[in-house]
Amino acid sequence: MAPAAPRPRHLTRSAGLLAAVAVLAVITVLGIAVGAKQVPLDQVWHGLFHYSGSDTDVVVRDVRLPRTLLGLIVGAALGLAGTVMQALTRNPLADPGVLGVNAGASAAVVSAISFLGVTSLTGYVWFAFAGAAVVSVAVYVLGGTRNATPVRLALAGTALTAVLVGYINAVNLMDTAALDKMRFWTVGSLAAATMETVTGIAPFLAVGAVLALLIARPLNAVALGDDQAKALGARLTRTRVLSMAAVTLLCGGATAVCGPIVYVGLMVPHAVRAVTGPDMRWILPYSAVLSPVLLLGADILGRVVARPGELQVGIVTAVIGGPVFIYLVRRRRMSQL
Amino acid sequence: MISPVKPEQGTKSAAGGGRGGAAAPGARPERSGTPDRPGKRAPGKRPLAARRRVLPVRTPGGLSLRLDVRAVLVGLLLLAVALAAGIVLIGSGDYPMTPAEVVGTLTGGGTAGQEFIVRDLRLPRVLVGLLVGAAFGIAGAVFQTVSRNPLGSPDVLGFGQGSAVGALTVIVYFQGGPFAVAAGAVVGGVVTGAAIFLLAWKRGIHGYRFVLVGIGAAAMLYALVLYLMTKANIVEATRATIWMTGSLNGRGWDQVWPLAAVCAVLVPLVLCYGRPLRMLEMGDDAAYALGVRVDRVRGIALPAAVLLVASATAAAGPISFVALTAPQLVRRLTRSPGPNPLPSALMGAALLVAADWSAQRLFGADQLPVGVLTGVLGGGYLLWLLATERRAGRV
Repeated sequence: MAPAAPRPRHLTRSAGLLAAVAVLAVITVLGIAVGAKQVPLDQVWHGLFHYSGSDTDVVVRDVRLPRTLLGLIVGAALGLAGTVMQALTRNPLADPGVLGVNAGASAAVVSAISFLGVTSLTGYVWFAFAGAAVVSVAVYVLGGTRNATPVRLALAGTALTAVLVGYINAVNLMDTAALDKMRFWTVGSLAAATMETVTGIAPFLAVGAVLALLIARPLNAVALGDDQAKALGARLTRTRVLSMAAVTLLCGGATAVCGPIVYVGLMVPHAVRAVTGPDMRWILPYSAVLSPVLLLGADILGRVVARPGELQVGIVTAVIGGPVFIYLVRRRRMSQL
Repeated sequence: MISPVKPEQGTKSAAGGGRGGAAAPGARPERSGTPDRPGKRAPGKRPLAARRRVLPVRTPGGLSLRLDVRAVLVGLLLLAVALAAGIVLIGSGDYPMTPAEVVGTLTGGGTAGQEFIVRDLRLPRVLVGLLVGAAFGIAGAVFQTVSRNPLGSPDVLGFGQGSAVGALTVIVYFQGGPFAVAAGAVVGGVVTGAAIFLLAWKRGIHGYRFVLVGIGAAAMLYALVLYLMTKANIVEATRATIWMTGSLNGRGWDQVWPLAAVCAVLVPLVLCYGRPLRMLEMGDDAAYALGVRVDRVRGIALPAAVLLVASATAAAGPISFVALTAPQLVRRLTRSPGPNPLPSALMGAALLVAADWSAQRLFGADQLPVGVLTGVLGGGYLLWLLATERRAGRV
């Protein structure tokens, strides 16, 4: 290989990341501007920086801004979690939704709300973490740890999801009031965002994101297989534990605030890998920037297609993501799966 | 051990050596040769498969059958359990009856009141339970064999969700009655099945691709279900949740007849494909080599299973995990390879009726639908799988 070869690649990737950030900025502004009430861009600026208390300013500051911020951090969290899961399990189909981690967090939150009367986010976020942690370990173990194939893992996750959904249904049946609240939460929506939810969940997601970015190098080694990774000096157990911790924080936190959202963590890393190549040190930042683009884009789409009502973002991502998942399954030769 | 035997060969070696379960076409010459074949081992150390007792049955017309004694016994036992559970279930309720009274009434010897309660109220419910359980059991056996994975059952692969989308559309947008909801469920299930089939088709149906496409569809359809739930008012949402959990409450003869007709056609069809399906478990290549038309077998058995699931779901809702657990339990009871379609059907029937009876006893009559109980049992089954099957690498 020519010695100068890495430099242009490096530059392209940096430029690409900058472009992604620019796209994210545009989407963020759109997220504030578009909705049941269209806000012109100058009004958006006014509402954000020269708050005067007019109706438009209230819409911008108290409704759209928290919602968009929540979409930003939740999107980044889901994208990072999906990327880490795909790298850790060496499985192209890993996703917090497909592997049941979000369902685990949901089931725990539903129990907390229904049986323990927990109502505050800071109260049930811990249950979400516990649920996410238990399910991620269970799926990993049920999927056959070392010799886990994508099919096994996906089946284990889907089967666990089926159990958990059955449990959530049962709880909802016994408690109609809970059903009324829960059916909007289990869809996966950003609509209920307030500034308190954003500031309440941001620290957890930040810790998870830092963890995920820190383990990029060992995850690169893991991609070569257990033996090679060990030979290269990666500490496998530590990497696995840290990855699980990151996934738990990111998925549990994201699910606690806006319900289970599937496929964001599946789609983005695949698209990113096509641009960056297999280096996790690039995939992770790219995913963190582009996943919110997808999530906010889906949220905006949901607001546009069903105006003046809206489609919850979890439904939009599922409807977009399902075909992508099936495309991935069809494209790959079975030996690769 | 799986025995790729044609019927005649199986009977011959069974009649000759009494170990047809492990007899392979090339086994006879090897018996005197290689020392590590089962036939050469000391009698006390022979593996499980070699100890199977098999009865050859020959009819005058030249038809011959291998009957695995253990499988037949298990089947008879399950049939007895299913019938007994059905009779007990008919006898329980606000007007309790002893099993003797129930049998007496069924054979025409009861009072007018007993006749009414048994014939019009409780018998159809039990029959729906038996048929739904049998349909789920046999369909689950086919799915697990084709996907070659104990978790590859229709409720995991999005068929339940497909039916639910159909049924909920009817409930939420058309406020339809039970009939329309059932029709919606059948349409939803069949359309989902066809879509998964077509999407997984790429020069034939591959088991793993089928499973993965099903998983992809499941998540997407579940999102649609949730969307429909948010569109419903609270009364419809409760009704939809009950439907999605699966219940036998208030099922009458209207549900029995269509389901019985579907089962009468499709169950024998699947039973006919029991042997090639068993070959499929060894993998496509081995099955091809043994003369199984792999794609044709899958192309007939899978749609039949999808139809069975859709009709059963229409009658009782997507009762979870009967299709997942029944074939696995049967496999452990009969210890024979392959899908075990008939024992699986009987096990499904017994499981579902027993679960319905337990749900009524545990939670009080008609308080919680039977699907809640099967869901909990399914969770227990998964944990058990986690503990035992993982080491064998079969999950």
